[in-house]
Amino acid sequence: MKIAGDDVPLIGITDLSVGFTTRAGVVAPVLRNIGLVVRRGETVGLVGESGSGKSTLALVAMGYLKAGLRVLGGGVRFAGQDMLAGDGVAAIRGGRLALIPQNAGQALTPTIRIGAQIAEALRLHSTLPRADHAARVVELLARVRLPTPGALVTRYPHELSGGQQQRVAIAMALAGEPEALLLDEPTTGLDVTTQAHVLELLRDLAASSGMAMVYVSHDLGAVARVCARVAVMYAGEIVAEGSARQILRTPSHPYARGLIAAIPVLGEARLPVPLDGRPPAPGAVGEGCSFAPRCGLAEAGCLTARGALVPAPGGGVVRCRRADAAVRLPMRRDGALRLALEFDGGGGVLGLDAIAVSYARRSLWDQITRAPRDAAPVVDGITLTLRPGETIGLVGESGSGKSTILKSIAGLIGPLRGSIDLAGVALAPRVAQRDVGVLRRVQLIFQNPDESLNPRQTIAEILAQPLGLYFGLSGAALRARSIELLAQVRLGGHYLDRLPAQLSGGEKQRVAVARAFAADPDVVLCDEVTSALDVSVQAAVLGLLDDLRRERRTACIFVSHDLGVVRALADRVVVLYQGRICESGPADAVYGLPSHPYTEALLGAVLEPDPDHAPRLLAADIVEHGPPARGCAFQNRCHRRLGGICATDAPPAHEIGDGHVIRCHIPPATLAAAQAAP
Amino acid sequence: MGVLRRMLARPSGAIGFAFVLLHLAAAVLSPWLVPYEATAIDAALMFAPPDAAHWLGTDQLGRDILTRTMLGGREALLVTLIATPLAVGWGALVGIHLGLAGGRLDDVLMRVVDAVLALPWILKMLVIIVTFGAGVTVLVPTLAFFYGVPVIRVARAATLGVVARDFISAARARGHRPGAIVRRELLPNVLDALMVEGAMRWSWMLLAFSSLSFLGFGVAPPTPDWGLMIADSRSFMAIAPWAAMAPVLALSTLIIGINFVADALAKAVGLDRALNAPH
Repeated sequence: MKIAGDDVPLIGITDLSVGFTTRAGVVAPVLRNIGLVVRRGETVGLVGESGSGKSTLALVAMGYLKAGLRVLGGGVRFAGQDMLAGDGVAAIRGGRLALIPQNAGQALTPTIRIGAQIAEALRLHSTLPRADHAARVVELLARVRLPTPGALVTRYPHELSGGQQQRVAIAMALAGEPEALLLDEPTTGLDVTTQAHVLELLRDLAASSGMAMVYVSHDLGAVARVCARVAVMYAGEIVAEGSARQILRTPSHPYARGLIAAIPVLGEARLPVPLDGRPPAPGAVGEGCSFAPRCGLAEAGCLTARGALVPAPGGGVVRCRRADAAVRLPMRRDGALRLALEFDGGGGVLGLDAIAVSYARRSLWDQITRAPRDAAPVVDGITLTLRPGETIGLVGESGSGKSTILKSIAGLIGPLRGSIDLAGVALAPRVAQRDVGVLRRVQLIFQNPDESLNPRQTIAEILAQPLGLYFGLSGAALRARSIELLAQVRLGGHYLDRLPAQLSGGEKQRVAVARAFAADPDVVLCDEVTSALDVSVQAAVLGLLDDLRRERRTACIFVSHDLGVVRALADRVVVLYQGRICESGPADAVYGLPSHPYTEALLGAVLEPDPDHAPRLLAADIVEHGPPARGCAFQNRCHRRLGGICATDAPPAHEIGDGHVIRCHIPPATLAAAQAAP
Repeated sequence: MGVLRRMLARPSGAIGFAFVLLHLAAAVLSPWLVPYEATAIDAALMFAPPDAAHWLGTDQLGRDILTRTMLGGREALLVTLIATPLAVGWGALVGIHLGLAGGRLDDVLMRVVDAVLALPWILKMLVIIVTFGAGVTVLVPTLAFFYGVPVIRVARAATLGVVARDFISAARARGHRPGAIVRRELLPNVLDALMVEGAMRWSWMLLAFSSLSFLGFGVAPPTPDWGLMIADSRSFMAIAPWAAMAPVLALSTLIIGINFVADALAKAVGLDRALNAPH
């Protein structure tokens, strides 16, 4: 066995190709001629959209191939050891080279206590004597900054929040004192504030321990925060590589530029620039550049020659013949400014008055004895008015009640208290009590089109549902109208006979949008409609929604956890925490100062695809299982908490002007002063 | 039809399907094919081993075993082929309803289902047969009833898995009538589970029917029936093993065939429409 010296890279991937054989007997490469070197202590980001091969690459680096895949050529070495040869690989995996999976909640065993799971990792990968394991477990939990590590060892994974589970997974990976960590989208399922905390932890670990990290993510913001070097992947190959600054500030590949331009900008109401088309399927890549079919700069030569990685004009290396032209392509701040709508000052199209929703099922005994409800409702005191053509953004983290509010407007959940009116006419609380004509005017678009489109119906059948129900269309008229709707969401008529599974994620969501607009609604309720999509596709769907609502003056309630996305689309913004409104007002005012402390924490935690941007960690990173019975909803995590009054009294609504309202015990002037000071 | 084609593409599916078809063909055509009278007794030919005249030998009364085996599945297939669709039908109806309705009705009825399932099947069947007799008119509704109970479970579980999905919420929010939602959105997504469950129920029913005959509660002698033939020949196993072998093989090939079909079907529908449809 070779002894690894400083000249041997820690992870050395040379000319690696991985693929599978299709049923037709064709070899389809998933990774093509990958060359990547990770030196000791280095942090490297692998970015790309879904299907780019980034996760496959991370797994191959561990010497692991998903079922059906095989190595077509090239090699992977870890400190000189061939990771594709069986011998000696097991000793490295989990010990010297550890993997942190995307969903720690699923990676941890639900029936074993946290302490025992980490102790198992120690037993396998540590040389420490058995007697010291218990103390070491607590030490590791403390190292990932988990509160009360001594008490945590006896907990089960389900008792922890997603962020805490991810920290436990990190602690487990650290048990073997690894030389390198592979992180596969480690913060993707987490809330923004939690994500910011986990990323800071990873950054500090990398800096303090000298561990190398390979960080796989679709999120350029996260990569910018953690990685010094970045490789951009597209269709199974590395198309650009360089320092984080070179790749993110002056990208030389049209795809890298497109990805960055597609990220919404927090500071301004701009629509992100979409990236048209979709990546090629494995095996469908021709002789030329894999990005050429989607590239605005492609010329004849791009279709015939794939090109090598060459020094890029913006720094680093790039696989593009037109890199000199690419550096002049639009960037993030070049998207169209969203046009503000003129409101005629008439009445609202939809009004919510003090809506409260509770999921608690009261037991028969409580109903008989008329016992008072002890738990606070998950959503309470929601009052808002939607004007015709207006878009209201509802922002908040998971558990903030955003989706619940939409469902109660749609009549899927009956509210506990409060009333809803549609253009001044009261709406019955439940779908079954509403008239079909009324239902037509309010349409719902869901987060995940895989769930919201019936997998057994063709696109034609899916669109026929609202068209048949509301307008009685059938036969040729139905087909003509369906084709018209598909055209409005930029899909061709030939999609009608397809099944959802034959469409890409973005195409499916367009069908879902078409289905909602088929009803010719007055109000569209959008529930995280872009969060299941890749960033380039998200930009296209956002643009589409903005066009549709402008053309038809459809009002929209847009729910999202992503403040950038809401900024791109919303005229007014409502910030929710634990089902209570913290702050509301025109988008410019809410995104500016002064802010409710929760808004401040949310905005501070947002990541920018910029290596110089540092998030601010304000809100305490703790789990809340429900709103407090009294006082301010945010009291337990607030960094500006005053004291007793926050726990006892509901915060007053301070109106600052132009409908900007902050619900906080701290007067707006005091907040403004505190937030203006650095 | 896509599902059938994909099911047959699997070796187990093709073999199972061939077994089942062979048995169905034999059951339909055997009255014209059999070489002898099924009840023709020949005292001189007791326990004749297989030869050119009697391919599978004769039994304790000198009856031709090939003839009796070919005819011996007719009653069982007739009863179960009527009872299976009935069982799946009523079980699915109740199961889907409970899955959709939920609440107290669901709580109470599912405990009743548990209670019925907790009783051994033979006990339940015998109580009915002792009370009402063992004719086809009793067996069909009895089998259909008892074998529909587990279908309730499956249909309810499949329904619960589908109603939680957003396309059902979307249909509800649009304001479709419940019947239309069940027909257009729900049924196509639970049909797979019901098809597989139906095949499984069929094979269990065949076993139950034959077991009842074996115990003397099913088909009355001298009508040829596999269960009855196995029971009759059991005592003579040492001197005439062929007499038991033929009905055992017939019954087991049919049961194995159905199970193969159910298994291949389950795998085929797992990928139904979604993956193999032409692009």
